[in-house]
Amino acid sequence: MILRSLVTLVFWNFLTLSTAAAEEVVLGLSKDRISITTNFDGSEILIFGAIKRENAIPEGEPVQVIVTVAGPSLPITVRRKEKKLGIWVNTDAVDVDSAPSFYAVQSSGPLFEVLTDVEDLRHKISVPRAIRSVGAPAEIQDSTSFTEALIRIRRNSDIYQLREDSVEVAEQTLFRTSVRLPAALTEGDYVTRIFLTREGRVVSSYQTTINVQKVGMERWLFELSREQPLIYGLMSLAIAIAAGWGASAAFRLIRT
Amino acid sequence: MQIYLPIAEVSVNAFLLLGLGGIVGILSGMFGVGGGFLMTPLLFFIGIPPAVAVATEANQIVASSFSGVLAHLKRKTVDLRMGTVLLIGGLIGAAVGVVIFNYLKAQGQVDLLVKLCYVVFLGVIGGLMFIESLNAIRKTKSGKPPARKKHNWIHGLPFKMRFRVSGLYISVIPPLIVGVMVGILAAIMGVGGGFIMVPAMIYLLGMPTKVVVGTSLFQIIFVTAFTTLLHATTNFTVDIVLAVLLLVGGVIGAQIGTRIGVKLKAEQLRILLAIMVLAVCGKLALDLLLMPSELYSIGASGGH
Repeated sequence: MILRSLVTLVFWNFLTLSTAAAEEVVLGLSKDRISITTNFDGSEILIFGAIKRENAIPEGEPVQVIVTVAGPSLPITVRRKEKKLGIWVNTDAVDVDSAPSFYAVQSSGPLFEVLTDVEDLRHKISVPRAIRSVGAPAEIQDSTSFTEALIRIRRNSDIYQLREDSVEVAEQTLFRTSVRLPAALTEGDYVTRIFLTREGRVVSSYQTTINVQKVGMERWLFELSREQPLIYGLMSLAIAIAAGWGASAAFRLIRT
Repeated sequence: MQIYLPIAEVSVNAFLLLGLGGIVGILSGMFGVGGGFLMTPLLFFIGIPPAVAVATEANQIVASSFSGVLAHLKRKTVDLRMGTVLLIGGLIGAAVGVVIFNYLKAQGQVDLLVKLCYVVFLGVIGGLMFIESLNAIRKTKSGKPPARKKHNWIHGLPFKMRFRVSGLYISVIPPLIVGVMVGILAAIMGVGGGFIMVPAMIYLLGMPTKVVVGTSLFQIIFVTAFTTLLHATTNFTVDIVLAVLLLVGGVIGAQIGTRIGVKLKAEQLRILLAIMVLAVCGKLALDLLLMPSELYSIGASGGH
């Protein structure tokens, strides 16, 4: 009931959408703004919505839903260690121009079934496609192993998530899923995309953003450290000296 | 209790940080080392970005050293005059060290050099101290009085100065040179330099162990305060929330450590420090020699 009333609510908000496609996404988010406070410990976002149609449900295979959430992208360098003169040192390095600081893919079925490679390439949906690399230096032949390593490392620390079968679709009309955002979040706009697929082809998509921002003391300290670094540094030192003196004085009191 | 760190942009357990700060603080108070060479790798381990760990660690050392120095001042085990001479050398050395560091950064492989520096210096200093303290303990057990310091070439140098607290009348040139050398290494290795300074004062300058700890802490305060400001203004990597959590544990630990240190004999103190230095050295050496479980690593872009 609640879900339906929510859906009706967002339905009205998105009525103004263009009606070019036969099936369209009407989306709701449990929150479109995440505030990072001092005790921030990750966040769970409920993503739900409905599929709007002008006509009856098309024949054939049922509609599938893919949801992606991507954090702000940053250029990074992946380095590889090699044994030289008995010790392990970083030798080769490959620059990745743009890798999302967080990326989650959730789908209503196994990804290889609900999405073809061509469509994946076009819409950059799966994790490997979401990473962009212009190419490695000429002397490195196996540059793909670097991007694979990047995905492996980030997947192990849950920064990149692939959860198949985690989107529930009811009556080919309503869908819902939840995305768990880790505690170590970078500030910025998190692009959330919804794709509707039939027989592996994307029939409709929808995009919105979730804003992640530091608030309160976190915001104040962060801005002070960037805008008034000298004052921030002196403040850090003052706190350190005061704490050192305070502990010394406290211990003197205890002993006497 | 999880706490989100505004500069590091990670969420960590506050009690874990308090505990780490406490343990390193105890060691700091006992041995007169800043503890940076222990704390920095520990912070990497719990997921703090390296740049933030190094810079914030400097700030925390200021606090624990200050707390330690106050305890030592009360006991009159700080040679302020010697400390000042070492500090002058140290600041000159730090400036030179930063220049060397930036040159090496441009050449690449600075990480490797820092690690090799650690292994070589920790290994040599730890090994020498270990052997020397073992001999000293054996001698006191057999009842022979410890050998009196011999006059050597150091006493022939000009610009002699009386260091009353240390009971020395030597030229200012050796302490200045020690200060410069430690300053250079400290800047390259990103630590306060206590673990090099302490043995240098004991073995090269012949200062009594009891005075060495307080004097070392005294000069570390200034070197690390300088480093903190440098990091805060150029790299913006000092995380004040992280620093506060570490230093609350650290200052308490330093007070406890100083009291433990007073109860121990000088030889015991030195042998414990030697074992600790060797342990860290061994860990770093293994990292270099054994095949890592993950050959690849992710870093911020720019610079190879």
